[in-house]
Amino acid sequence: MLARMKADRFMLLIAPAVGLILIAFAYPVFWLLLRSFSDPVWGLHNYGTALGSFIYLKVLWNTVSIAGSTTALCLLLGYPMAYSMVHSAALVKKLLIFVVLIPFWTSILVRTFAWMILLQPNGIINDMLIGIGLIDAPLDLIFNRTGVLIGMVQILLPFMIFPLFSVMARIDTSYVLAASNLGAPPVKQFFRVYLPLSLPGIVTGSMLVFIISLGYFITPALLGGRTDIMIAQLIEQNISEFGNWGLSSALAIVLLVGTGLMFGIVHKVFKVGPDVRTT
Amino acid sequence: MSNTLLELSTLRKEFGAVVAVDDVSLKVGDGEFVTFLGPSGSGKTTTLMMVAGFQKATSGSMTLGGQPLDPLPPYKRDIGMVFQHYALFPHMTVLKNVAFPLEMRKIATAEIARRVDEVLKLVGLPDHGERYPKQLSGGQQQRVALARAMVFEPRLLLMDEPLGALDKNLREHMQIEIMRLHRDLGITVLYVTHDQEEALVMSDRIVVFNEGGIEQVGTPDELYENPGTRFVAGFIGETNFVNGRISSVSKHMAQLDGPAVLRGRISEGLNSGTAASIAVRPERMRISLPEEKAPPGANTVTGHVTDIVYLGRSRNYIARLNDGSEMTVLVQANVHGLEAVGVGAEVQLSWRPEDSKILAAG
Amino acid sequence: MTMWTWIRVMVCALVVIYMLVPLAIVLIISFSSAPFLTFPPPGLSLQWYDKFFSDPAWVRSLLVSLQVMVPTAIMATVCGTAAALGLSRSAFRGAALINGILMAPLVVPVIITAAAMFGVFRVWGLYGTLPGLVLAHTILTIPYVLSTVGASVQLVDRRLEDAAANLGARPWTTFRRVTLPLIFPAVLSGLLFSMVISFDELIVSLFISTPTVRPVTVQMWSNIRGDTDPTIAAIATLLFLFSLAALLTEALARRKSGQPDVL
Repeated sequence: MLARMKADRFMLLIAPAVGLILIAFAYPVFWLLLRSFSDPVWGLHNYGTALGSFIYLKVLWNTVSIAGSTTALCLLLGYPMAYSMVHSAALVKKLLIFVVLIPFWTSILVRTFAWMILLQPNGIINDMLIGIGLIDAPLDLIFNRTGVLIGMVQILLPFMIFPLFSVMARIDTSYVLAASNLGAPPVKQFFRVYLPLSLPGIVTGSMLVFIISLGYFITPALLGGRTDIMIAQLIEQNISEFGNWGLSSALAIVLLVGTGLMFGIVHKVFKVGPDVRTT
Repeated sequence: MSNTLLELSTLRKEFGAVVAVDDVSLKVGDGEFVTFLGPSGSGKTTTLMMVAGFQKATSGSMTLGGQPLDPLPPYKRDIGMVFQHYALFPHMTVLKNVAFPLEMRKIATAEIARRVDEVLKLVGLPDHGERYPKQLSGGQQQRVALARAMVFEPRLLLMDEPLGALDKNLREHMQIEIMRLHRDLGITVLYVTHDQEEALVMSDRIVVFNEGGIEQVGTPDELYENPGTRFVAGFIGETNFVNGRISSVSKHMAQLDGPAVLRGRISEGLNSGTAASIAVRPERMRISLPEEKAPPGANTVTGHVTDIVYLGRSRNYIARLNDGSEMTVLVQANVHGLEAVGVGAEVQLSWRPEDSKILAAG
Repeated sequence: MTMWTWIRVMVCALVVIYMLVPLAIVLIISFSSAPFLTFPPPGLSLQWYDKFFSDPAWVRSLLVSLQVMVPTAIMATVCGTAAALGLSRSAFRGAALINGILMAPLVVPVIITAAAMFGVFRVWGLYGTLPGLVLAHTILTIPYVLSTVGASVQLVDRRLEDAAANLGARPWTTFRRVTLPLIFPAVLSGLLFSMVISFDELIVSLFISTPTVRPVTVQMWSNIRGDTDPTIAAIATLLFLFSLAALLTEALARRKSGQPDVL
């Protein structure tokens, strides 16, 4: 029941952070927004190009489909993993958390580099597979969709696992016991009781992975093919190679609005904060 | 009452449109143990918070030892406080916790050590100084909180439901210890609780709060024997109420027409003709078979028994009167002759008029 | 064990391998004695670390990263902690809005932040400068400090601050003696996380740095696409070890203060 803080002290505390963000973040993003309407001349032509031409639409579709595949794969691997993390003995649980946490805090560049070494035509995986006689010629594992997905799923898996873990940890096991007591066989116990109860975790995790995937740059740039690119790469190309500020701004705003809409939906429907690490 | 230490004058606190404390005026004497008793949301804690300085009064004023209290921030008030759940600093040892107020007052290190030692002995924890709060039991934390609030010898000690988190036995034990400390040190205490039994046991005076205002102030037996309002009669101890209308008023007594003609002491300001309730404690009543003769002059009503509650050293007979109202009669285990009275039996309930009080209808 | 349990255990084993093996291989290759990238290495040596530390371009970029990281971590921690305190201790209506503004750099895809800062920083003369990089990284790390410290401040019992005031402590003393010690593990986490994030940051740095002022991640980026030289494995290992050290320090600080782990 502390007396209400005086307005001036409140301002003093938040001013540095708010000032920095407004000047060095909000203003630049606003500037970018303006560029999308004004560069090289005023109008909506940049959006016309971004949303009206076949090549750019294909990139948008690539982006959505890569994000979707990544999300599906993360869920497929992350669900059993999160389940095991919750329902294991204390030591195993700690170990599994550690296994997820270590890569999570390792630079994305480092992890992507590791995949470059592993996935190359004469990389470790192909060498091994040829070595044990499983294949004759190296597989195409890199510079295509396969490479992008292998890299992105590994990097984004923690964003699926953590929400699942926190929801599953709160599921009271007595519900499953009750279902069993009421005569449900194990498979039914899972699909009728456990899965619905873990649904909030599935939704949060999937939305997080999907949203973060949309803006991905490093991994697709290093592991992906020249033609199979995502929207972030397109933005980078248009700025650094062509200096086309208008178009890249429009693409950035399309990405921003898409991401914002997704966040809005998640936040409204599932009350989830934007507490994530994006790249 | 000895010299007034704390005086609250028409203290008022509004939160937006809600009036949390409504014109509270009170004098607390030096050395007195005063309890604020009331249900949650009755304004007792908010009043305490205004005394401590954590809430600013909307209007009204306070003085402590004749000096105005209102302009002082909490850290300059020199008022000790034991918080609900103790609010011990979790990152400091018991010693550091208790030394904290002395350090704030820039007292010399040696003197701090001496006084901390002394006060920890006083609360019975001389060997626990190096422990952290979470290593202590609830009762021990309570003692540390008490020691920390007293070590700087404040003029006034505030206690906000300090025993609420303890189990029943420990609570009764701590009640006695707090009373002993109060008696030995002569410190003035303002104590907040919603537990009427605790208030009756510990206090010199009780201030009953209801809906932001003071309902009645008095010693425990004044409040118990002579409640001024229906709320006080109902909140402190168990009370039976029978409704009716006042038919005649004499000096201190009045007559109420209800299920029967009943007489009782009258509270001030009630006139003939007004709707009222007569209040009587279960332990003041007698239950008997209808054919038995009641003592002359006693109030009697009839009804039938609906439940008998066995309580070990006593029993509660719950009877429904003809007008539908329920009355509870407490019968000690050593009273015999009621073997024939079972559930459903017709009974006669009686009590002396002096043991009942006629109050304004709720 | 039922079939389902088997499947689950197999998937977990696969995930553990999938998460850790790439890192392990980078670690091992960085100590390879082979003159080119090969696995398993024929022997161990420190030649790639030697090569890294004797190449002025790499050393210069490492220095830039450190010069950016230290001020970034300090600024982000101070600003973020102050904001967390301000936001949690006020009944101000706009607090949620301000919190949203401060968290925005985390929500907006980094490629957009990078493009926007590139555009504006060129005009402001911050392009290709240390202050520019520090400013950009501070913006990116404030949300982490804010959310870490903010969560911790929420957990501090307000009554403890009331109690301190009641016992005679002035507001600043209350903060120094009660609030700060209680949120200290979170402030330390914020500091360590901002160090790691700044040190690992690539995308914004890629846009706003120049060959003369170039953080080590950008240097890696420009070399990585040509040939996969094990020198990169050496610097990757250094980056990894730095993250690991920060993570362990953080876990240790939490354990010591008796606060629960991240999960």
